[in-house]
This record gives sequence, structure tokens and C-alpha cells, in this order.
Amino acid sequence: MTAEQIIFYLTAALILVSALMVVTTRNLIHAALWLVSTLFGVAVLYATLDASFLAVVQVVVYIGAIAIMFIFAVMLTRRDLLDKVPQTNTSWPWAAAASALMAGGLLFAGSQLNAFGAARPALSGDALQGLSLALVSADGFVLPFEVASILLLAAMVGAVYLAYKK
Amino acid sequence: MNFWTDPIAAVAQGLMQTFTGWGMAPEVAGIVTNLLGVVLMITAIMVLDIFLVWVERKVVARFQDRLGPNRVGPWGIFQPFPDIIKLILKEDITPTGADKVPFNLAPILSLGSVIFLWAVVPVASRIYGVDLNVALLYLVASGAIGTLSIIMAGWSSNNKYALVGAYRMVANMVSYEIPLAASLLIPTLLAGSMSLNAIVEMQAKGVWLFLVTPLGALLFLVAAIAELGRSPFDLNEGESEIVAGFHIEYSGMKFGLFYAGELLHAFTFGGFLAALFFGGWHGPWAEEYPLLGAFYFVAKAMLGYWVIMWIKYTVPRIRIDHMLAFNWKFLTPLAFTLLVVTVLAHRLLMSLPLGLYVAGMFLVNLLVAWATLEVLRSSARRQREALGTR
Amino acid sequence: MQNPWIYIGLFVLVGTIIPIAPIVIAAVLAPHKPNPIKQSTYECGMETVGENWVQFKSQYYIFALVFLIFDVETVFLFPWALAVNQTPLFVAVEGVIFIAILLAGLYFVWQKRMLEWA
Repeated sequence: MTAEQIIFYLTAALILVSALMVVTTRNLIHAALWLVSTLFGVAVLYATLDASFLAVVQVVVYIGAIAIMFIFAVMLTRRDLLDKVPQTNTSWPWAAAASALMAGGLLFAGSQLNAFGAARPALSGDALQGLSLALVSADGFVLPFEVASILLLAAMVGAVYLAYKK
Repeated sequence: MNFWTDPIAAVAQGLMQTFTGWGMAPEVAGIVTNLLGVVLMITAIMVLDIFLVWVERKVVARFQDRLGPNRVGPWGIFQPFPDIIKLILKEDITPTGADKVPFNLAPILSLGSVIFLWAVVPVASRIYGVDLNVALLYLVASGAIGTLSIIMAGWSSNNKYALVGAYRMVANMVSYEIPLAASLLIPTLLAGSMSLNAIVEMQAKGVWLFLVTPLGALLFLVAAIAELGRSPFDLNEGESEIVAGFHIEYSGMKFGLFYAGELLHAFTFGGFLAALFFGGWHGPWAEEYPLLGAFYFVAKAMLGYWVIMWIKYTVPRIRIDHMLAFNWKFLTPLAFTLLVVTVLAHRLLMSLPLGLYVAGMFLVNLLVAWATLEVLRSSARRQREALGTR
Repeated sequence: MQNPWIYIGLFVLVGTIIPIAPIVIAAVLAPHKPNPIKQSTYECGMETVGENWVQFKSQYYIFALVFLIFDVETVFLFPWALAVNQTPLFVAVEGVIFIAILLAGLYFVWQKRMLEWA
């Protein structure tokens, strides 16, 4: 059991437990905070894979912007933050069976892939430089880069349209 | 390498030899050495934080034409220790209905998010935590964790004023992250790397970046002060208005952690200002003797911290709507315009010899500053004419 | 080369544990005498008026939204800034176009008076 495996198992446990708490806790703000914990766990996974840029971007964008927006949205809309309806309905054994079947099926299908259980390939060269050059070069991803800005512009226009009061 | 030219590596090597001599496996010895280094660095930062409390009180006293603490030790230098003892001995009151876990976690995260930053700061040419290749985004990420801790504090206090203070503070911090990140793009552009070590080394070999982009340094300073939530942007803790904002319900050492965290955050931004724009540890003989480089760095960071304090104790507080308008209608367009102008000027002037390059970039910055002032003047004139006065 | 995040992970761990120490010391040393008046929430020395919930101004949400858009934009600009020195001039122009489109969006939001108040 190498150190890398120990870190992976601990992080995976953190992510799974936090994700479970997100969907089962009754208090909405607690759910948002558990979501933050899940996102942080994902950032740790990125860091163990040597994807430093993605790890910090995960914290900056997901935790710093999206989780804050979740919390603001919860505070904006709900007066009563405690959910009082029962958490399961009467058909929960069927739902449990269906999800167990699907999980088992996915794991089985995944285990047939060659990459399952293989060693992690080493990143060649300086990953960050490679990412930057690929993003802006003409035979790289420059068109999606520019289209992303148009997408963000569309998001801003949409936000204004939704929020505009006359 | 002896101790004077490479302190950290020499000490680390000595420790590794001791540990493997005791029979530890090399990886475990490596982890333990790293851990000792981490604990040492964090202890140094906390001691510095305590010293900063004294600096703050003396400097504010001098700005207000009085003496400040001068009884506890020479020049009152031991004053923070009675302060800490008092805070520890105060009762820790948790208000009824407060959410226990976020309430207790918030001050720890708030101070923690500042301590994390010191892992990537190059204190000297051979003294630093890690050479992280995304250090500048790491700075923005720590701001995100700080914002989260404030929302947790305000929310879990079960108090209207704390909640209002937390909303305002978060809206403020979050808005000013944009000009902060945009002004961080300028050294990234000029050095071709996000790593603080690379930026400082580029300044050590070339010229200090504040000569190349003075407006960028000023922009970073203003965005950093607003991000810290310090005066003149401290409406969120406006002592005379909503009492103490999001940390009303905190007493004793938890409040102490918030306060210490704010001071340390200000000093850390002074350190970043020094590293990004004023050459960091660069100075005469700093490469051969890293401890001398560390001294230069701390001196420059103290100077940056002093400028932040100077602004705090001179300028009156800005109203929340003016604060946000200042960010979105002035700082953000200015930051991005400066970025565009800097990248075009840099590409055009890149091939010139160093003196002409610096002069050209400096003039370009002055041009942008002049153009901004003209735009402000004409918009103010239009507003005055619209109001009918002259 | 050792993964730099190991050091940062240790730093984060120790940096979270060390601020706990003063709180633990205070919990041991400080008096602990709760009573309902002391623990009631603070409202300038009076009894609290109304419920402990204020209407959340929707304007805060608009600011958070605009911030999100610009945050994602800035994150895109960081790799561009790394590559702009080593590539031909048109890469710089690409970035300028990217920033210009988003500044046009900011101008739009400004003109629609979504950035008013605070």
C-alpha cells in the first residue's frame, strides 16, 4: 500500500461521505457546506495527479464562485431552511436495487478497460506550458477559446434578462 | 554548500543524515524533515503575526499623534503578549441558536487561508516552501477560502447584523478578486510564468517590475486593500455602523484569530507586492547569502504593510455602493484595458535593449493613467452639467 | 521530482491544526459560565426585534453572477498569458479579442443598470 494509494483512498472516502451528506442532510446551508467539502476533495485528487492548474482552478472557480452562488441562492429563496418532508418515499427498495445494479454494471464495464489497474502514465514535459501553447495556437484550441468568450457573454446577457425588473 | 549559502538544504541534509542514522527509511525521513520545515515556517509566521500586532498599534498611534503602548517592555514591544493572555482568558460565548460546527470552523479557516499562502512565497533565493508553478492562482484560491470562512461566520452567528455584515463583506471581497486577478496577469505576462520564484528571479536579472508597470503595481495595491477588507474599504466591519460586522458574536480567542488573520493577511499582501513588483529578495549580495535576501524581503514587505496602514489611517471610509461601483465601473475596465495595452506594448517593445524597453513601458503606463484621468474628468464634467451646476 | 503538493498538503494540515491550539488553550483556561442573557444574540444591548432573518437583497446575487463570469474569464486568461511571449503576435490579438468581448458584456450589464446600488 503505497503512500499514493493511502492518500487516494482517504480523499475518495472524503468525497463520497461529503456527497452523501449533501443529499441527505436536512439543512440547506449544511448541504452547501458539504458540497464545498466534496469540491475540495476533487481538487485534492487533481493535485495528486500533478494537474496543479486544474486543482487551483477547481478551488478558485468551484469553491470561490459557484459554491458562494449556491449559498447566496439558498439564502435568497428560502425563508425556512430546514426541510421537513420525509426523506424517502415508499418505493425506496426499488430505487436502491436499481442503483446497486447500475453501479455494479458500471464497475464491471470499467474493469474490462485496459486502463483499469494500470500504472498512471507520467506527464511528458511541462504540462502547464503544453496546456498554454495548445490553448492559443492556431492548430490548437484557439477557436474554442474565442467561442468560450462568446458563451460567457451569452451567460451575462441571460443573467441580465432574467434579473431585469422594469 | 555551507549553511550561509544555502541554509535550508544544509539543514535538511543534516537532518536526513541524523534520521537515517537512527534507522528510519529514507521516505519517512523525507516526510519528517518536510514536516519539521513546515512547523518551523508556520511558527515563524505566527511569531511574526504577534509582532505585527505591536507594529500596528505603534504605527496607528504615531499617525494619530500619540505614543501608543510604551509600558510593557522597551517601546512596548511585549504588549501583544498581555493582549493574547487577555484574549485566552476571556470566556468563549457561543450565542443561542448558533450553528456549532461552522461557528467554530470559521476563525480557523480564516487564519488558515492566510497561513497556506506562505508555502509558495520565496523569502530568499534558496529559502522557500515549494516552487509552485501556479502560485498566483493559488493566491486567488486562498482568497476564495477566506470568503467562504466569512460566509460561515456570518451565517452561523444567528444574528442579523452578522448576516448583513457577512453578505456585504463577501460581495466586496468577491468583486475585488477580479481586478486583483487581472493585475496578477501583468507580472505573469511579463515573466512568462505564474511561479513567484520565476517572477522574482526575472526581476533579479532584469529590472524591478514596478518600473515597467507602475500602474499595475498601484492597481494590485488598491485591489489588495479592498480584498483585505481594510480601510478605506472596511464598511463591513464599520465599528460605528453595524458594530463589528460578521464577527460580532465571536469572543475571546476566536476573535483574536480573526484579528490576527486580518493583520497577517495585510502583511502577506505587502509581501506579495514586494515579490511581484519590487524585486522580492533582490538586493546587493542577495544571491550568495540567502539570509540577507530574506532580510531584504521582510524589509520590503514591512514597507508595503506600512503603506497599507498609512492608507488605512488617513482616508475615510467608503460607502458600500460606492465601493462596488468603484470596482465594477472603474477598476475592472481599467485593469483589463491596462492588461491589453501592456501585452501589446510588451510584444512590440520586447526586442529593444533594456533601458529603452523600460522607458517605453513606463511611458505607456503614464499614457494609460493620463487617459483614465481624462475620461474621469469628462464624465465628472458631464455629471455636473446634468445637475445644472457649474 | 517530488510532487510540490505534498509539501503544500502538509502545510495546509499543520496550518489548520496550529490555529486550533489557541482555541483549545482558551477552552481549558477560560471561565465557562453560560447563562441565557449572556448567550442571547447581540442587538446593541436591546432585545432582538423581529426574526433573525433579513431579506437577502437580490442585488448581491447579481454581483455574484457577474463575478462568476469574470472569474472564469480570468482563469482562461492565465494560460494565454503564459503562452503570449513565445508565440507570434496574433496570439496577443486573440487575447485582446477575448477581453474585448467580455468588456462589451460588462458595458451591457452596466447600461442595463444591473450594477447599481450595492
